[in-house]
Amino acid sequence: MGKRVAITGVGMTHQRSARPDVNGRELINEAVRMALGDAGMTRSDIDAVVIGNMDHFEGINYVDTWSVDGSGGLMKPIMKLTTGGTTGTTVAMGAYYHVASGLFDRVLAIGWEKNSESDTTGAIITAFDPFWDRPIFAGAVAGLAMEATAYMHATDATEEDAAYVAVRERKHALNNPYAHLHINMTIADVMGSPYLSWPVKMGDMCPRTDGACALVFASEDVVDDFPQRPVWIQGVADRHLWAYTSDPYLDFKTGEAWFPAMQKSSQDVYRRVGITDPLEQFDVAELYLPYSFAGLRYMESLGFCEKGGAPELTRAGAFDMGGKCPVNPSGGVMSSNAIGATGLIRVAECAWQIQGRAGERQVPDVKLALATGFGGCFWSDVLVLGKDKPEKARG
Amino acid sequence: MSEEKKDLITLESGEMAQPFRWTAGAYGSKFLTELRDNKKFVGVKCPKCGKVYVPPRRVCGPCYVELTELVPVSGEGEVVTYTVVSFGFVDPATGTQKPVPYGYAAIMLDGSDTVLLHFIDETDPEKITIGARVKAVFEEERTGSLLDIKHFELIRG
Amino acid sequence: MDAVAIVGVGMTQIKRERKADGYPDLVYEASRAALDDAGMSIDQVDNVITVSNDFFDGRTISSMAIQDACGSYDKNVSTVEGDGTFGAFYGLMRILSGSYGTTLVCAHHKGSESQMPLITNAMFDPIYARFLGIDAVTSSALQARAYMEKYGVTEEQCAMVSVKNHGNALKNPVAQLPLELTVEEVMSSPYISDPIKLLDCCPISDGASAVILASGDRAEKITEKAVWVKGVAHCSSAYHLGDRNLYCVCALNEAAKKAYSMAGISEPAQDIDLVELYDAFTYMEPLWLEGLGFCERGEGGNLTASGKTATGGELPVNASGGCLSGNPVLVAGLNRIIECALQVRGDAGEHQVPGVKTALAHGINGPCGQAHCVWILGGEK
Repeated sequence: MGKRVAITGVGMTHQRSARPDVNGRELINEAVRMALGDAGMTRSDIDAVVIGNMDHFEGINYVDTWSVDGSGGLMKPIMKLTTGGTTGTTVAMGAYYHVASGLFDRVLAIGWEKNSESDTTGAIITAFDPFWDRPIFAGAVAGLAMEATAYMHATDATEEDAAYVAVRERKHALNNPYAHLHINMTIADVMGSPYLSWPVKMGDMCPRTDGACALVFASEDVVDDFPQRPVWIQGVADRHLWAYTSDPYLDFKTGEAWFPAMQKSSQDVYRRVGITDPLEQFDVAELYLPYSFAGLRYMESLGFCEKGGAPELTRAGAFDMGGKCPVNPSGGVMSSNAIGATGLIRVAECAWQIQGRAGERQVPDVKLALATGFGGCFWSDVLVLGKDKPEKARG
Repeated sequence: MSEEKKDLITLESGEMAQPFRWTAGAYGSKFLTELRDNKKFVGVKCPKCGKVYVPPRRVCGPCYVELTELVPVSGEGEVVTYTVVSFGFVDPATGTQKPVPYGYAAIMLDGSDTVLLHFIDETDPEKITIGARVKAVFEEERTGSLLDIKHFELIRG
Repeated sequence: MDAVAIVGVGMTQIKRERKADGYPDLVYEASRAALDDAGMSIDQVDNVITVSNDFFDGRTISSMAIQDACGSYDKNVSTVEGDGTFGAFYGLMRILSGSYGTTLVCAHHKGSESQMPLITNAMFDPIYARFLGIDAVTSSALQARAYMEKYGVTEEQCAMVSVKNHGNALKNPVAQLPLELTVEEVMSSPYISDPIKLLDCCPISDGASAVILASGDRAEKITEKAVWVKGVAHCSSAYHLGDRNLYCVCALNEAAKKAYSMAGISEPAQDIDLVELYDAFTYMEPLWLEGLGFCERGEGGNLTASGKTATGGELPVNASGGCLSGNPVLVAGLNRIIECALQVRGDAGEHQVPGVKTALAHGINGPCGQAHCVWILGGEK
């Protein structure tokens, strides 16, 4: 039977538009040192390293072997996991399974990106099929814009509703010293920002960021050795349903579901963990919302409300600080997006919230938290973290 | 620029690149040659669920069966969703910036159950609607690429 | 470690170019073959691990293209970027966690679609090494030279590996390069990068493969030919070539030690009946055999020359023909596992070695075998 797994150390760099003062390994090392320090560990205590990023953002092949000096993986088992935007959460899940397997007691999970080192849109375009997608694809912005168009068509949601989400995330980021963007924005500012790809405006999108994040995952057998309160993984699941970037738009046509990969992955993990009412049961959520409209559609897909119900619930403040379930107290992806690190930062922020160490962005008394990753062609990763040790290992 | 920053070296990759020669596969080749030679569309039908995939692929993911029955598909269809791209970016396929703005849509061709991404000949989002009818417009010179379709034209009026 | 078994395997033929097939097509072919081998339907697969590399495939998130082909629709799925032995390791851990009873692991490679030296050049540091034009071949030449100088291993001994493995491939229907060679022919083939000659090199290949792993109780219900995982471990040494003694095999030593300890192996040369290792270049076979503890340091060349590693010898190594006879990168390590599984099952056909009870499979990642993964497989639970 598998081991129960806790996060026992957290590290991350300050997220910045560019870090020309460090190379990739040095950036990784900043996060790793902080995580090890937090866990009261040294490099020699690490049993294995799991690392992820997106190769073409930095142009490094075999990042796991390239990074050993920074990651601490020298003379240790190292493994690279890569799934695009979901990479950070994929790495967290990878570290979880390393420990749950019983083969490793202390595993370092690392996600990083130096988006300043390449043209992000160009690199994202190369994610897609060279025959069917690439000749006409305009990167993540246009792909998301088509989601926004379809979502507004299918519901009563407006561009202003989305702008509310963008403003909320930027406002939250003001409390987070690690966030990349610290800007005060109003709905009018977002609405007045130029269209990048209608209906998505500059103010609706995430930035490009340099940053790294590292977490220590530990087995229940050794969890008492750590100075910080353990944050228990309650369950993980993912769905990467499609192979072509065009496929997800079908879901709008059939009208059967909002975001099937997210619905299926969240239902999978909710069933294992016993979540029946996400809005009531989660105290905080750190979600991979790459742009403002995601803050509407994804809340519905994650079961926080009925289809089409997100605009009203959002504008009533349910997901603001002080609301029923604050979403992205950190400022989220719309305030910092070092892509390979982004999913892992969601998990890290949940850990800090559960430990009560989130500083000015702390939500009171967090017992259960939800973290998600988004990427690929509308893929979804979901993790549930909690204060209490699960009754049994349940994946 | 601060003195400190001036001393930080970056290395440009320049022309450093890895060229590729991707395989379209048997069905993909059929789809592209039909476009090139006959200005026609083909899809492939799943023997289990009956879904017609355009462009054709080898496996139906949900049914996990191999697809073998190629079927003709119309050059007309409807807009499933759309956007108008207005930010300039360098296209990695060409190394140049495509002029903006341009219309861009997910299109379901008649007789198909999946969507094809392509350009549409309209840059005013107010003039495009979900469900709008569109028709493929072909280039004069065709090479066996998705860009043999110049764009899809809104069937207006 | 709880019992986990390999219950199904599938390999495509390894070819120089599979022009009619995109890599998703190869993945479907291999995955379907593994399901058929196990007598399973896709519904019985609980989760999927894919193995790929964005550089080799020439696209970011290259595993996206195979989500249909690998059968992962509505299943938990993840992607390991690295050799197939590492991908299978993740698949194994997901079973050991108790979350899943079965994992399908698939890997693909189309060397025909890219220019290999440019891809492997991108493994090297962009600031300090890449401008040299260094790639997998030239870095391996440095390693080969360092190894030969240190221990007196000769080019002739390396040539014997080429003769043996290409000869073994004559009996393996999936191999790309079955060749009847002489040591003289290998020795007189042109230098690619001294001391590595053309016939010391693996070819560029297209191929895919898949393995289905299952927990102990599931495995016994699925098949009577389960092959059990007795031990498995991996380890990485330093990245910069200048930070390592290239003849050093410390990371392989470490991985092997751990895998042997899990498998209860104290005398590898006696306890292991067959080895399938990652011989991208001929010198790697004796070097890795030393690292795996089959002989003393520096004795790898003599071990090869003694004939013990031939198919009829005491320790058959790469009875399949190895990577020298077909090297779809990433797939290659998974194929080593598959070949071992087939040998343990007694299903290796014409290249079957009689009486294989325990077999060792080995894969590498990174320049000059920076990281190694070692699997011990056996017929007994």
